[in-house]
Amino acid sequence: MKKFLTGNEAVARGAYEAGVTFASAYPGTPSTEILENIAPYKEYMYSEWAPNEKVALETAIGASIAGARALAAMKHVGVNVAADPLFTYSYTGVNGGLVLVSADDPGMHSSQNEQDNRYYAKFSKVAMVEPSDSQEAKDFVKTALEISEKYDTPVLLRLTTRICHSKTLVELGEREEVGIKTYKKNIPKYVATPANARVLHIKVEERLKQLEKFSNETDLNKIEWNDSKIGIVTSGIAYQYAKEVFGDDASYLKLGFTHPLPMKKIKEFADKVEILYVIEELEPYMEEQMKAAGIKCIGKESIPRIGELNPDIIAKAILNEERPIIEYSEDEIVGRPPTLCAGCPHRGFFYMLSKKKNVMITGDIGCYTLGSAQPLSSMDTCICMGASVSAGHGAQKAFEFNKVDKKVIGVIGDSTFFHSGITGLMDIVYNKGNAVTVILDNRITGMTGHQENPGTGYTLQGEKTHAINIPMLCEAIGVKNENIFVINPLNLDACNKAIDDALSREEPAVIITEWPCVLKKLSTEDIEKFGKGKRMICKVDEEKCKACRICTKTGCPAISFDKKAKINEDMCVGCDVCLQACPFDAIIKVGE
Amino acid sequence: MKEVKNILLVGVGGQGIILASKILSQGLISAGYDVKMSEVHGMAQRGGSVTTQVRFGKKVYSPIIGKGQADIVVSFEKMETLRWLDHLKKNGKIVVNDYEIPSAPILVGDAKYPQNLIDILKEKADTTVFKAAEIAKELGNIKTMNVVMLGALTKAMGLTDVDWETIVRSNVKEKFVDMNINALRKGMEQVK
Ligand code: SF4
Ligand code: SF4
Repeated sequence: MKKFLTGNEAVARGAYEAGVTFASAYPGTPSTEILENIAPYKEYMYSEWAPNEKVALETAIGASIAGARALAAMKHVGVNVAADPLFTYSYTGVNGGLVLVSADDPGMHSSQNEQDNRYYAKFSKVAMVEPSDSQEAKDFVKTALEISEKYDTPVLLRLTTRICHSKTLVELGEREEVGIKTYKKNIPKYVATPANARVLHIKVEERLKQLEKFSNETDLNKIEWNDSKIGIVTSGIAYQYAKEVFGDDASYLKLGFTHPLPMKKIKEFADKVEILYVIEELEPYMEEQMKAAGIKCIGKESIPRIGELNPDIIAKAILNEERPIIEYSEDEIVGRPPTLCAGCPHRGFFYMLSKKKNVMITGDIGCYTLGSAQPLSSMDTCICMGASVSAGHGAQKAFEFNKVDKKVIGVIGDSTFFHSGITGLMDIVYNKGNAVTVILDNRITGMTGHQENPGTGYTLQGEKTHAINIPMLCEAIGVKNENIFVINPLNLDACNKAIDDALSREEPAVIITEWPCVLKKLSTEDIEKFGKGKRMICKVDEEKCKACRICTKTGCPAISFDKKAKINEDMCVGCDVCLQACPFDAIIKVGE
Repeated sequence: MKEVKNILLVGVGGQGIILASKILSQGLISAGYDVKMSEVHGMAQRGGSVTTQVRFGKKVYSPIIGKGQADIVVSFEKMETLRWLDHLKKNGKIVVNDYEIPSAPILVGDAKYPQNLIDILKEKADTTVFKAAEIAKELGNIKTMNVVMLGALTKAMGLTDVDWETIVRSNVKEKFVDMNINALRKGMEQVK
């Protein structure tokens, strides 16, 4: 049977068919839907959200050592977090097969950089496969697990946004139950002390040789002969783009297994074509190795290394072809940047924060990163997940030491706090820091589309579980109770007071804003705690409106301005933030 | 490559574009085509500009549509048509919903919503304009706007040999089936 699946859905299906029984991930675009689509196979596979990618990989490693086929999934920057266990698991090797999915984001559709994670396979010396559509995404999961078990290596399955989020037709197969391998205690293999690891490193180098042999033999790396004037070495989505441009006018060496590279096969191919192009997205990963092996080819001289590739770029770069396009004046078009939703609980807090003078605000990765946009503009930095707290601490210490009179506020979300904010907060407490930490707890992982986390009270598979209490957690690591402020972010006075109070403390202080994301499907616990959500909305009394535009400074997309302020009744959820902001009481509540 | 057709659906996050594209793709698959569809995720969903791309034909390689390549641009929001106009083929078609969603810079008064948009579009390409939002509201729910658009699209593309009603039926909740079938028909009626 054929189904129309995204690459992410296909990977999930692949895990099911390949007999995987353990899967873990931390949500991150473009990888999130992999675990979401594994979760429904509850009867066959155990799956969970981990608090961060390092934990996700480490649990998968545990399952693999125990003998189960295991999968961990994350976005490209997540692999940086998981790099530590990856490099050592490369040394020990596996028991049950292990696949690490890295979903890279060329073009940075929703990421802070566009690193090319193929280098991780080379760096950590593990095998790598690169599918070029959903069918391969599914099939390669199984192949990767077989390679993993046969060659005793973790396997990196590298996807990119266009693979993750494009739907193509996939022929489904049956699940093959592989069961669990016997676990035998094996200290020299699984205990990476220096003495053991030295021996293991020799095995790793040996393994790479065998893998290269496999790479030259496997039909994951296949030649498509057509005209031999132009030869193209390519992998992943770049293969599809190359086919789109050249069709049958060129010959292809399509690489599905890309670490180690099949150098012998590449040489043979290179010898038989007149001009050899390497068409790959982002970095010259293959090109560098080919050139080092003395193979003459054209790569990044013509194909850009910045941004997402597409057929147009290739056609222009190599064939100097450009399609005629319709001319029009771009000045007419107004930008449409993403915004915090109408009624978003972060907005009230950011609005009050934006009024504070002489503070540096260190931000983090999540919906609330949008608090950096106009008109709130309340964020000075955004580096990586968790860095709001730790970078905030560093900045505060630097200001203090150099006698700069400035306070620092680090802003982080609930899921992100569990991910890696907590370690930064421990650093603040331990090192007598004074930066204020704000945990914007909207009761869910918002940005990636509502995944459960250790604070929500539910697991990925929908079971009820213990919800970690953030204020108590902060207290447990040493923040004094009197320096913890739990507030409702929709109450502007409360926000203002908490910010001032926290800033006045000489000791580590934490503000926790608690209100569910406006798009969240409320749990029974949420309803108990926050109520059902009112049906009333806000409206502008035009008589009273003095056209001061202050309400528009809250950045709510439901408020527009044309001589007087106006509230879009379809969008407003009655959060009251604008009502409190209006100095002339021109905003009123209407409805039931 | 020549037999591959390209459809670009553009609009704003929350307008139901992804569902419309899904239904469209299922219809094309049932008609025996190879289909690839590319969707946008992440940041763009928070009120940002959204596009999905559907390509179909005997054999499709790239899942994305390049500039100057779309046979038809289906626009759920007026201004978004202009943003994507460079993707339309020289002799391509536009199906546009006469509906405005002001973006953040417009809301705060930093910019003005472009004037005479429809005239500009008509000057540039073969443009069909209609008010899907009003039609959807008349049918009882503005959310069916996406299916109204879908109806117009399938008609404009001449994809009339597919049983769209069955596919719509299997993609919406039981109690919304009738409303959506009506929306589909109304949409088809909009295009001559
Ligand atoms: S803040 Fe009040 S007075 Fe000022 S523009 Fe808004 S509604 Fe009018
Ligand atoms: S009450 Fe005001 S701030 Fe809140 S959603 Fe409605 S318009 Fe926006």
